Amino acid sequence: MTNSIIHIFLALVMPPLLLGVIGKTKAAFAGRVGAPFLQPYYDIYRLLQKGTVFSTTTSWVFRAGPIVALATAAVAALLVPFGAHPSPISFDGDMILYAYLFALGRFFTMAAALDTGSSFEGMGSAREATYSCLAEPTLFFALITLSRLSGSYSLTGMLTNVSGGAWLYAGASLLLLIGGMFIVLLAENCRIPFDDPNTHLELTMIHEVMVLDHSGPAFGIIQYAASLKLFVLGAFFIQLALPFATGNPIPDWGIFIISMLLLAVVIGIVESVMARLRLVRVPQLLVAATILAAFSTLLVIR
Amino acid sequence: MAQELFAPSTLILTATLLAALSGVPLLFLRFQGASPLQLLSIVLMLAASCLGLTGAGITLLSGYSILFELAWTLPFGPVNFGLDPLSAWFLLPIFLIPGCAALYARSYWHAVNHPGTVRTMTFFFGLMTASMSGVVLARDGISFLFAWEIMALSAYFLVSTEDEKPEVKNAGILYMITTHTGTLGLFALFPLLNLLCGSWFFPSPASLEASSTVSGAIFLTALFAFGLKAGIMPFHIWLPSAHANAPSHVSAAMSGVILKVGVYGLIRTLSFFHGIPLWWGCCVLALGIVSGVVGVAFAIGQHDLKRLLAYHSIENIGIIFMGLGVALVGQKVGSPAMMLLGMSGALLHVLNHAVFKALLFLGAGSLIHATGTREIDLMGGAARRLPYTALLFGVGSVAICGLPPLNGFVSELMIYLGLFQGMQGDGGAAVAVSLAAPALALVGGLAVACFVKVYGVVFLGAPRSEQHATGHEAGLQMLLPMLLLAVICCVIGLVPGVVAGLLQGVSLTVLPSSVGAAGTALLKLVPTAMISLAGLLLLVVIALLALWYRRILQRNPLGEAATWGCGYQRPAPRMQYSASSFAGMLTSLFAFALRPESHQPGRMAGLFPGKSRFASHIPEAVLELVYIPALKRLYQRTSGIRRLQSGILQQYVLYSLVTLIVLLAVSYF
Repeated sequence: MTNSIIHIFLALVMPPLLLGVIGKTKAAFAGRVGAPFLQPYYDIYRLLQKGTVFSTTTSWVFRAGPIVALATAAVAALLVPFGAHPSPISFDGDMILYAYLFALGRFFTMAAALDTGSSFEGMGSAREATYSCLAEPTLFFALITLSRLSGSYSLTGMLTNVSGGAWLYAGASLLLLIGGMFIVLLAENCRIPFDDPNTHLELTMIHEVMVLDHSGPAFGIIQYAASLKLFVLGAFFIQLALPFATGNPIPDWGIFIISMLLLAVVIGIVESVMARLRLVRVPQLLVAATILAAFSTLLVIR
Repeated sequence: MAQELFAPSTLILTATLLAALSGVPLLFLRFQGASPLQLLSIVLMLAASCLGLTGAGITLLSGYSILFELAWTLPFGPVNFGLDPLSAWFLLPIFLIPGCAALYARSYWHAVNHPGTVRTMTFFFGLMTASMSGVVLARDGISFLFAWEIMALSAYFLVSTEDEKPEVKNAGILYMITTHTGTLGLFALFPLLNLLCGSWFFPSPASLEASSTVSGAIFLTALFAFGLKAGIMPFHIWLPSAHANAPSHVSAAMSGVILKVGVYGLIRTLSFFHGIPLWWGCCVLALGIVSGVVGVAFAIGQHDLKRLLAYHSIENIGIIFMGLGVALVGQKVGSPAMMLLGMSGALLHVLNHAVFKALLFLGAGSLIHATGTREIDLMGGAARRLPYTALLFGVGSVAICGLPPLNGFVSELMIYLGLFQGMQGDGGAAVAVSLAAPALALVGGLAVACFVKVYGVVFLGAPRSEQHATGHEAGLQMLLPMLLLAVICCVIGLVPGVVAGLLQGVSLTVLPSSVGAAGTALLKLVPTAMISLAGLLLLVVIALLALWYRRILQRNPLGEAATWGCGYQRPAPRMQYSASSFAGMLTSLFAFALRPESHQPGRMAGLFPGKSRFASHIPEAVLELVYIPALKRLYQRTSGIRRLQSGILQQYVLYSLVTLIVLLAVSYF
């Protein structure tokens, strides 16, 4: 029970901090002081206080977009284990729900973008649709590999049973999986090299161009939902990459928080040292990630 | 006596008869009085639906099973009919969808507006429904073929309702050719079965050995003949044009139900065998994967609303075949969980697809009614004019993508769980299964892309063409059937526990008895309660957030303005992203299979380029690039034999006589 409360508390409070850490890391690389760690919280709070301007073209779908995106990410947060702690909701097949919840959120975000009737937002929506399709098989290769390694059909079982021991007999497979999943993590969250959250040219954007017309509270919700999605997908990834556990609940929460912050730093470093890919190269990288994950699956079947 | 009167078999036979007769009243009067007669035929059809659904429901709940033998002196012996949970499961869509479609037709194809076609249409619609029921009730090869042919022919008359249009006529002819090629396959299938078991009567479940050569031949002919009717790739060529050109409520019934009758045939045939080898399962699984991925890729490239939905049928049949494949592979590896999950997932997807695809086709009908076009790129902003249709079509779109909390998710989850179970095994089965799960995920992702495109371009944004920006909301008779189907989508999605128990019973009738003996329960394999919980949780979170957002909106200042055009001052509706531009990136990724064509006669060059045009199109690549060239070559090679085809009826009678004499002579020697 206590663990569930900590789980929900962390899922609610911690996500924007990751954005703050990424921003700080990038600033450090650029030799700047950078915005404070808590800047994303201030931003979201300020946006929630603002008024809204709706486009005259839009309908209820436009208003539903941010809400469904946030709700799906929130429910998905309850399915994924944080560190060595089991998730509050866990059942056979929850990994499918986990993957499909994000698809539902995406459905409404993309539809909301098309609702504005702007060609820029349509462009972003088309790109999101294309890239997310290509990222999906990688995630499922990862899931079936983990299911095979752990003999389990739920995220909690898969992620908490694949501990340090699995690295000894399936190290190569897990390494390939981490490569593939890191690419998917960056692509799904629209980070460099796939998309630049800070870009200012609509023609080159993916996620940010879809939400061009959202203003005020709706934009605040979108920012928060995006950070929550990063947090939830990140939690999946770090349990795969850094499966350390002491068996004692309190240090395990500490390990989880530190690992998440470490992940944010790594994403910040990637964003600092890499340039964006040209859009035509993006599918190639995503397919490469799928192939890596497929190799890892074949390695565990043999 | 009363008990017999209300026995499920009586109910279903009455329903079948009522459906068959539903179109008859319209035949007897001139069309001045056609409107009340149309109403009468709809009432008959609805009564048939209610009776049929009740009968099927009782059969499913009680696990009732019965066989009849009518001692008719047909050339091939008595007629056998029967009812069991498998038949009853397929009777659910067979009676549900035509009932909805008939009510819808009252407004969509009203007798006063379509005096020339309403009689044939209503008559053959009833006949088609009855014959589909006949197909799933038939228990011997001959009566199966009778019902099958009536179904195929009445569907032909329905497809070619508006045969004054050349594209409708062509679609009808293509359908006729392919359906009869399929029937030819059945003519081979039943004698082969006869060879194995010595009678036309269907053998009892799991009574035939699957390893013999004849069994292999039976499997392949069944896969061909039933796959052709189900629309599995590469036998799907008839499907897009037939579904696009039939009236929308007929498309709903064809896509929702006729395809499923093909699936039924395959499941029934497979249930005769035991000891099924791995290659059967892998074959079905591979066909499923190809149909799923390529079907949805073709769908993304379409810009005709109904053609697009038709390609989605191919995709969904692919998903159903993947479930069947899992069940067959499970038989080989001896995993009761795989068999049960795969078969139940496939069966549930049969019902689910019938429901949401019918919903989508009926929604498309309302749109076409309102806008006067099937071209997605001419529509836009329809949600403002047809708010209820938009909402219901939205439910169908989310459901067909397999997204929670609607019904498509539940059946896909079962198939996924079956695949994950298969991953625990070893060898070829695990490899086959390990490729299927990511393929299913890819299908899901592409379906989301496709339906965002449809929903966004058709219902959202601004109208793209003045001419088609007209129209109003559909009437109650059109909305009510759609509402019913949407409610079913929600109920199965939110409370899958209600169907899980029934599915278990149906699956056990077709699976080897080892599954029942192992005591594997579907309710233990599929966490239906947790799915309900998660679905409700999602809805509650959405509702709470929506309330909170509403309060914020009320508190903070609100403004309205035109969409931000990134500084451009004169945005026009034509500048919106269109269906083709939305799909452009994906179609170019799949260009190796789709073979997109584009035409641009004038080149854009210089500072002030002149007028130019651009058109892009995804052809039916398999038909146009594979079948037609191959058939043309065959046509040229065999020109000598064609002299036999004179077109003179008397000559054909002579051929029959000669054949008969030759056969008699052969049998004497």
